[in-house]
Amino acid sequence: MHGTRILDKADRLMTVCNSCRYCEGLCAVFPAMEMRRAFSDGDLNYLANLCHSCGACYVDCQFSPPHEFNVNVPQTLAVARAESYAAYAWPQALSGVFGRNGLVISIVAALSMAAFILGFAALNDRGVLLGVHTGPGAFYKLMPHNAMAALFSAAFLYAILALVMSVRAFWRDIGAPIGGRPDGGSIFQAIRDAGELRYLDGGGVGCYNEDDTPTDRRKLFHHLTFYGFLLCFAATSVATLYHYLLGREAPYPWWDLPVVLGTLGGIGLVVGPIGLLVAKSRRAPELLDETSYGMDVGFIAMLFLTGLTGVLLLLLRETAAMGPLLALHLGAVFALFITMPYGKFVHGIYRFAALVRYAQERRSEAGS
Amino acid sequence: MGSKYDVLVIGGGNAALCAAISARRGGASVLVLEGAPKFYRGGNTRHTRNMRCAHDAATEILTGPYTEQEFWEDLLLVTGGQTDEVLARHMIRESKDILNWIVEQGVRWQPSLGGTLSLGRTNLFFLGGGRAMLNALYLTAERLGVDVEYDAEVTDLVIEDGMFVAARLKRPINGETEIRATSLVAAAGGFEANIEWLKQYWGEAADNFLIRGTPYNRGSILKMLLDKGVQEVGDPTQCHAVAIDARAPKFDGGIITRHDSVVFGIVVNKHSQRFYDEGEDIWPKRYAIWGRLVAAQPDQIAYIIFDSTVVTSFMPTLFPPIAGQTIAELAAKLDLDPAALEKTIIEFNAAVRPGTFDHTILDDCVTEGITPPKTHWARRIETPPYLAYPVRPGITFTYLGTRVDKQARMLMADGKPSANMFAAGEIMAGNVLGKGYAAGMGMTIGSVFGRIAGREAAKHARN
Repeated sequence: MHGTRILDKADRLMTVCNSCRYCEGLCAVFPAMEMRRAFSDGDLNYLANLCHSCGACYVDCQFSPPHEFNVNVPQTLAVARAESYAAYAWPQALSGVFGRNGLVISIVAALSMAAFILGFAALNDRGVLLGVHTGPGAFYKLMPHNAMAALFSAAFLYAILALVMSVRAFWRDIGAPIGGRPDGGSIFQAIRDAGELRYLDGGGVGCYNEDDTPTDRRKLFHHLTFYGFLLCFAATSVATLYHYLLGREAPYPWWDLPVVLGTLGGIGLVVGPIGLLVAKSRRAPELLDETSYGMDVGFIAMLFLTGLTGVLLLLLRETAAMGPLLALHLGAVFALFITMPYGKFVHGIYRFAALVRYAQERRSEAGS
Repeated sequence: MGSKYDVLVIGGGNAALCAAISARRGGASVLVLEGAPKFYRGGNTRHTRNMRCAHDAATEILTGPYTEQEFWEDLLLVTGGQTDEVLARHMIRESKDILNWIVEQGVRWQPSLGGTLSLGRTNLFFLGGGRAMLNALYLTAERLGVDVEYDAEVTDLVIEDGMFVAARLKRPINGETEIRATSLVAAAGGFEANIEWLKQYWGEAADNFLIRGTPYNRGSILKMLLDKGVQEVGDPTQCHAVAIDARAPKFDGGIITRHDSVVFGIVVNKHSQRFYDEGEDIWPKRYAIWGRLVAAQPDQIAYIIFDSTVVTSFMPTLFPPIAGQTIAELAAKLDLDPAALEKTIIEFNAAVRPGTFDHTILDDCVTEGITPPKTHWARRIETPPYLAYPVRPGITFTYLGTRVDKQARMLMADGKPSANMFAAGEIMAGNVLGKGYAAGMGMTIGSVFGRIAGREAAKHARN
C-alpha cells in the first residue's frame, strides 16, 4: 500500500506492464520499470515524471479500456505526476496551491501586479505614464531601475529557492538505490534528452492526440515555447550585463542583441503556447488528468501573456501605449516568477531530474 | 443489393491486412470486414509481439544469420515432420523478403524484448507490440484507400462450383446486406473461442480451457468454407496452447497471464503428482507444449511449485504467487492434499543430484530415481516461503484449416483449386503446422500468405 490512491493504482498498473513489456521500446518509462520488481512511492513518482505523455503506450496497448485490465498508463501517470508536484512542494504549506485553479492564480497575480505598477506610475505623474518616452532610460521614467531590479531579483531568487528545495526532496525520494550526486555524463545525457524532447515522439512516429493516428504537433510547439523562453531569459541577462558592466540603458535599438534575442524569444512565446493550447484542446480526454487542466492552461497562458506583452512593448515602445504595456509586461513576468514553483513550470524541473536519474540507471546497468 | 468490390477480405488481423494492402497495391478495390468492434480488431495479432524470418546476415535488429535451411530444420523438429514441405519451404523463402516488406507498410521493429534474449537471432519484435503493428497496417491500408468495416458479422457465403460469389453481412445498424466481390480472401482465424466446437473434440475438458485471445475468434468463416466444399487440413485437436494462470479471465488475457517459471520448480496435478520432465529443454522450445500437458490432467489444472530462492529468476507475473511457510500450508491454500504434496516434494528433493545450476544452458542439475525425471535445472525445493502458481490450458489458436496451394488458393474437396478463393493466416496455419510451434511462426504464416493471397486475389480480379 502506498501513501495515496493514485500511487496504489500506478503500482497495480506497473505490475501489469512489467509482466508484458511490449512497450519497452517506446520511451524511458518502461525500461526504468523493468529494472524493478516492486515499486516504492519514490519509484512511482520517478516513473510518473519520466513519462512525457506522448500517448503511444495507450494506443499500442491491447489491455487499455474497454479491456477489463483497464491499462491507461498516460492518464494514471499524469495524475500521479500532478500529485507529486504538490507532495514535493516547498514550503509544504503552499502545496495546496497546486490543487487550485492555476489559471485563476496566475491571472489574479498578473492583474494585481499590473494594477500596482500602473498605480505606482499614475501616482507619480499621469503625464509620465501616458507620455511618449524614447532614448536610453525611457523605461525607468516609469519605475526606477533599482526598484525594478530589486523587486524582480527578489521574486526570481525566491522562485529559485523554492524550486531547489522541492527538487531536492524529489531527488532524495527517487534516488534511493543509487543515490548520491549525479555524474556529469548523466547530466549531459539528460540535457540532450530534454533538449530534443527525445521521449515526446510516440516511440518515433510522433505523439498521439485525438485517436490512434500520430498527428500531434506538441513537440514542435513545446520547442518554440521552451526555446522562446530561454531566448527571452538570455535577452534579460544580456541587458542586465549591458546595464551594469557597460553602463548602457534600455531600451536598445532593434538590431542590438537583447532586442534580437527578445524578439525571437517573444515570437516563440506567442506561437508556441497558442499551438500547445490548440493541441491540448484536441487531445483525447482519456489520456489526460482533467484535474490539472487549470494548472496547465494557467502556465501556458502566463507564458503567452509574457511573450505577447513583450512583443507589443517592442512594437509600440515609441508611442503613448508604452507605459501601460510596460506595466502589463512587468506584471506578467512577475506573476510568472512567483507562481513558477507552484504551477506547471515545475514539470520541466522534475522531468529533467527524472531523466538524470534514468541516465544514471542506464549507465550503472551497462557497467554492471 | 450491396456493393461490388474486386477483393473482399474477411478478417482483420495481420494476414487480413497484409492481404488487403497487397491487393490494393496490386490495383484492386478492397473491402475488409472485421467481425470485432474497432478496439478488439485484429484477432490474435493484437496479442503478438514478434515474427520469425529467415535472413542470411545479421541486421541492426537481428544478432546473426538464420538460414532458410535452419528455419526448415526448426520447423521439422517442432512439427515432428507434420508439415507440407513445398508450402513450408515456400513460406520460409518468402519470409526473407517479408521482414523488409512489412516495414514498407509502416510496421517498426525493435531488438528482442527483455527476457526473450534467446530469440534475438531468429525473431523480429514489433516496436510497441502487436497492436502497434496492427495500427500501422490499418493506417497504411486506409491511406491506400482500402475500405474497412467493423462489427461486420458475415452470416453466410454464397459459393457456386468452387467460385465465391457474395458474402451475406449483418451490420449492427443497417441490417442485412450482400457484398459481391470478384475474389475472396478468408483470413478470419481459427475457432479457439468457440467452446462448443472445441467440445466436439475435447469433451467437457474444453470448459476448463482459457482462451488467450478475443471472444470473436469463433471460426464461423472456417466452418462455412468447410461446409461448402473446401478441403480440410490439420488435426482438429491440435492448437497452440500454453499453461497460463488459472486466475486469468476466460477470454483475452493475452501475454501477461503466461508463466515462465516451470523450469525453476516442479509441476504437479490436482493429486500432487508430477507428470512431465520440467527441465526437458530450454523454455522457448518447450513453453508451447505445456498447454496440452495440463489439458491432459484431471480437471485440466496444475500447479507450478517452487521456493523463495528462484523468485527473481523469471519475469514478474501479473498474478502474485500463492505462498505458504510450510508445504502443508501451501497445499491447503491450493486445495491439495498436504500429505501428498509433502511426499512428492520430499521424494523430488531426495532425487536431486549435485550440479552447477545455469538456466541459460542445458546444465547438469538432474534427478535420479524418480519418474518422470527432471533432466536439467533440478534443485531442491527447501527454502520457505514455498510458492505456487495454479495453471490451466490457455488456447492461442487452433490448427484445423482450409487446404491451400503456393498461391494461397484454397483447394476444394476434390483436390481442384478454387478459381477465386484464397486463405491466409491461422485459418490455413494447419498446412504448415501439423502440430507443435516455434515462437513467431503464426505471424510469419499470416504476413507471408496474406501478402501472397492479396496479390493473387487482385490478379484474378483484374483479369
